[in-house]
Parts: sequence; C-alpha cells; structure tokens
Amino acid sequence: MESRPVTVKDKAILEDRAKDKAVLRRSLFRSDATQKILAFASLIVMFVVFSLASPNFAKFNNIIGILLATAVNGVLAVGVTFVIITGGIDLSVGTVMTFASVMTGVFITFWKLPIIIGVLGGVAAGALCGFINGSITAKMKIPPFIATLGMMMIAKGLSLVISGTRPIYFIDTPVFSKIAMGSVLGIPNAVLVFFGAAIIASLILTKTVLGRYTFALGSNEEAARLSGINVDAWKIAIYTLGGIFSGLAGVMMASRLNSAQPALGQGYELEAIAAVVIGGTSLSGGEGTILGTVIGAFIMSVLTNGLRILSIPQEWQTVVIGVIVIAAVYADIIRRRGQ
Amino acid sequence: MKKATAILATVVILALILTLFGGMVQAKERIYIPLISKGFQHQFWQAVKLGAEKAAKEFDVDITFEGPESESQVDKQIDMLQAALSKKPKAIALAALDSKAVIPLLEQAKAAGIPVIGFDSGVDSDIPVTTAATNNVAAAALAADKMAELIGYQGEVAVIVHDQTSRTGIDRRDGFVNRIKQKYPKIKIVDIQYGGGDHLKSTDLAKAIIMAHPNLKGFFGANEGSAIGVINAVTEMNMKGKIVVIGYDSGKQQIAAIRSGLMAGAITQNPIGIGYEAVKAAVMAIKGQKLPKVIDTGFFWYDKTNIDSPQIKPLLYD
Repeated sequence: MESRPVTVKDKAILEDRAKDKAVLRRSLFRSDATQKILAFASLIVMFVVFSLASPNFAKFNNIIGILLATAVNGVLAVGVTFVIITGGIDLSVGTVMTFASVMTGVFITFWKLPIIIGVLGGVAAGALCGFINGSITAKMKIPPFIATLGMMMIAKGLSLVISGTRPIYFIDTPVFSKIAMGSVLGIPNAVLVFFGAAIIASLILTKTVLGRYTFALGSNEEAARLSGINVDAWKIAIYTLGGIFSGLAGVMMASRLNSAQPALGQGYELEAIAAVVIGGTSLSGGEGTILGTVIGAFIMSVLTNGLRILSIPQEWQTVVIGVIVIAAVYADIIRRRGQ
Repeated sequence: MKKATAILATVVILALILTLFGGMVQAKERIYIPLISKGFQHQFWQAVKLGAEKAAKEFDVDITFEGPESESQVDKQIDMLQAALSKKPKAIALAALDSKAVIPLLEQAKAAGIPVIGFDSGVDSDIPVTTAATNNVAAAALAADKMAELIGYQGEVAVIVHDQTSRTGIDRRDGFVNRIKQKYPKIKIVDIQYGGGDHLKSTDLAKAIIMAHPNLKGFFGANEGSAIGVINAVTEMNMKGKIVVIGYDSGKQQIAAIRSGLMAGAITQNPIGIGYEAVKAAVMAIKGQKLPKVIDTGFFWYDKTNIDSPQIKPLLYD
C-alpha cells in the first residue's frame, strides 16, 4: 500500500475501526452465556418432562433415534451458522445436501470408484456449490437471499437430472451404510460425525482468522473492508465452508438411507435456519455460537420426537414447534434489551 | 433476565400440560397401532385416516396416524417409524415412501416381534405380513380403456403425473401408457409431464401441452393435483368439450368438474378401505390369524351417471 499523509477522513475511519473492534470484542464476550444457559435449560426441562410423561421416551433406543434425527439437520445448521453470522443467509443448504448425496451415489454406484473418493467427492460437490454461492454474492453483488435461492433450485434440478430422477442405491457397497449407521459403543457414527463436525466448526469460529472475519463481516462489512480485509475473498471462503458442511450432511444422509434420494431436501434449509436462530445466532449477523446451534438443533428434534412419543396429533406438533421457535427468538430479544 | 425467567416458567407450564396430556394417553392399557403414512394433509390421506379410525373404533384399539409433509421426505418418515417403534406397539402399519430405506427398521420391528402391515404401497421385503393397497397399474389401465372409448379409439392424448420417483406415480403412468400402446395403436401419447401433484404447477404444464398440441383429444391427470391442473388449463383456454379429461381420486374440485361435464370421469381408489383394511389386518395379525400377502382394496370408474350411486358415493371425499 502506498503511504500518504493522514487526513481527517482517515482518522474518522480509524476511529470507526476502533469502535467496531470494541463492538466486535463485546459481541464475542457477551457470547450469549445467558442465551446458552436458557436454551440449554429449556432442553433439559423438555427432556425431563417427556421422560416423566412417557416411560418410552428416555429409553436407549429412543435417545439414539433422537441423536440420529439431529445429526443431518445439525451438520446443516452448523454450516449455515457461519453464513448467518456474516449477516448473510444460505437457502440452498438442503438441496445442496441432496446434490452432494447424488454425486456420492454417482461416484460410488455408477462409476464404481472407491468409497473414500465418493465421500470426498460428495463433500467437494457441496464445497463447489458453496464456492459458487459465495462468488455470486461477493463478486456479482447479488444479495445472498437471491443467490442462494437460485442455487437451491439449480442444485435441486441437477440432482434430478443427474440421478435420472430415481434414487441411487448403495446396494453393491454395504460398507457405505456403515459411515452413518455403524456404531462405536452403541452410538451411531452419524452422531459422532455430527459432534466432530461441531467441535471443528467451533474451533474454526473461535480460534482462526476465518472465524474472526466471519464476525467482522457480520458486525460491519464496510468497516471490515476499510480495515483492509479482503471481504470478497473471505466471504467466498465462508460460503464454501458452509457448502462443505452441506456436502458432509449429504454423505451422512445418503449413508443413513443407503440411497441418494434426489427429490429430498427442500424445506431442510428452514429447519437448519430455525435451529441456528433458536441457538441464539442473530439473523442480522455479528453474533452466534456453534454450541448454541447444536443446542438449537437438539431442541427441535427432542421436541419433535417427544411429541410423537406422546402421540400428540401431528397437526398440533407443527403448531407447538412454531410456538417454540418464536418463544426462543423472543427470549433472545429480551436478553439483548436487558444488556 | 426476569422476563427470560418468565419465559422459562411458561415453557415449564406448557410442558406440564403436555405431561398431563401424555399421562392420559399412557394411562390406557389398550392395543396400540401406529400408522405411518406417506402424508397427512392431503384429502386422500385424511380419507385413509378416516377408514383407520373407523376400524379402530370397531375393533376397540388405539391408533395414531402420522406422515411427513411431502412425499420426498424419506428420512422424516424413518424418524417417525423409529419413534413409533420406541412406543412398543402391538403392531405397526406403514405406507413406505422408499421401500428399501425402511428395511433396517422393519428388521428391528421383526426382531421385537412387532408385526408390520403395509398399506397403500408395498415394501420390497418379506417382513410385512400383508399389504392393503390399490392395484394402480390395473386402475390406470382402466383409465386408458375409458379414454380410448371416449375419444373414439384414435388421436393424440397427453398425461400429467405427480412424480416419477414414487411407486404410485410409476405404476399409474406405466399402467396407462402400456395399455394404450398394447391395445390402441391409433392413439398417440404426445407428452408425459410431472407436476409434483401441485395444482398450480400442473395447470401451467397442462396449458403448455395444450398449446403445443392443438389436436389434443384427451388428457389424463394421474392424481388429484394433476387432474385439477388439467381441468384448470382446459377452463382457462376455453377448451371445454374439445378435450376429454380423465382424472384420478376425488376431492371437491374433481367431483364438481365431473358434475359439470368438464371432466369425463375419474378413477377412484378406496382410501377409506385402505385405512380400514390396514387396521383390521393389524388386529388380525396381533391375534395370530392368517392373512393373505396382498389385500386388494379395489378401484372404480366413476362419471356423471354413477357419482351418486351407493357403490361410489362413500368412496369419494371432498
């Protein structure tokens, strides 16, 4: 960079930058202890209540069922957390997940490639979609809502085209289903992968430059740009990271169903976003945690499972979940106001 | 923070109400049979549910009826099946979305000694003791016969199907297409499109097809949404009387279209019968009675002339 005399404008920018840093630091520190405790407490309360209500709820098999039901949505939600913290949104996570699972099917079942290549290929397919999302948003300046809405449709259509609109089965490669459904000490691998992914995501978000810039973009993108951050490049990186998680979710989904289901996926983005929001990540960007998202994902699945176990009519299950989403976000707003 | 506590308290109270509700459900020591369906909000599934409830009352058992929001949500259905199994039911009835994907859970059911009853569509497995379903291939072939008769055994026809992945979609499409190809060489199928069972999407598809084929003489909609799409297209393009429309299933709009002559007629399954037979078969399986591998729940052609007949009327739903 060329050196030039410091002007008034520069000073203002520097001050702004300092302010933003302070804001950033504060948002990192007030890192939602209250919200997390509240969300976690709600989760525990739900768990206790359902256990009291039905002897079948707290059984090992049912708990495993809940964990499995959380795994895929959880991985999606963890990925989209990054994007939401930047103040963006990714509506394509569900169908990109499907696209990744179809590509895994193509690699393993159609092309007979080794399973590891299929898995990596699936994740790479997700990463590619994320990369395109990021590029469209950053370089073409198309709002993420629109860019990812387009990607949602593209991925959905391509999944159908590539698979020939039929599910691709992994019948010839029985090992593939072990990726999600094999188990260690009775805990299915899908669940372990989910926890592993969440821990890695949490480390990325809190300990790396990528994580810091994720918050910086969400707090004040302009300030980030002025303080010399290559906003476009980091944005692309963050969307790509989100895509990697969608790809991973796709591999998990394919392994769990022992098939790539090309028509699946739409609507999953909203569940993932709901989990993120319940977990205290603000849709306006700048704050959020992975732990919150994980708890949010569990709240959704414990609730769904518990209501099913209690034989609550399905129509009412949906109503209750909707109420909880609103209540959770309202609790978050109140917490913010209190500060 | 005070308010946050208040919210937590509300959640607790809400939860306690649920507990009470749950306690009531648990209190009864009766035979319990969960039905895991392909959907629950379509009128068709509501009719299946009605039949299941009728049987539940008759045989004095408890049932629940659940299904995912869309027929592509294979994994959601598996979660539902898993939860249902956790409740240790005496038997379970399932309309599988992907028959291969549910097999591990069916094996779990088998290991636990829970008999599985298939309904609406079969599973590629020996585990279900029986399946109560419509023979969709034969039903769509009947639609083809009626179509041929109504257009004078020659000319162009088109088809809109709900999807190309589900068993019913494939069976109805193939049943119709194969019958036309085998028996009516002078009839040409000019287009087959898929509208997801969505009324609006099917309407647009049907309009495009009618535009592209001005000599079109007949149109088959392979489920309720597809058929309504075709009706809408014919109305919007003022082609009433020029195109013979044949539908599938019922519902208020289709019934009205048949009464007004906009639609020549439709195939109805027996959704109430499907639900009824599923629960009845489950009860019989619990008692250890022998069941046939397939229970054909039947299908019928209905048009203006027999829509109010005692044979047809009870099978139609609004």
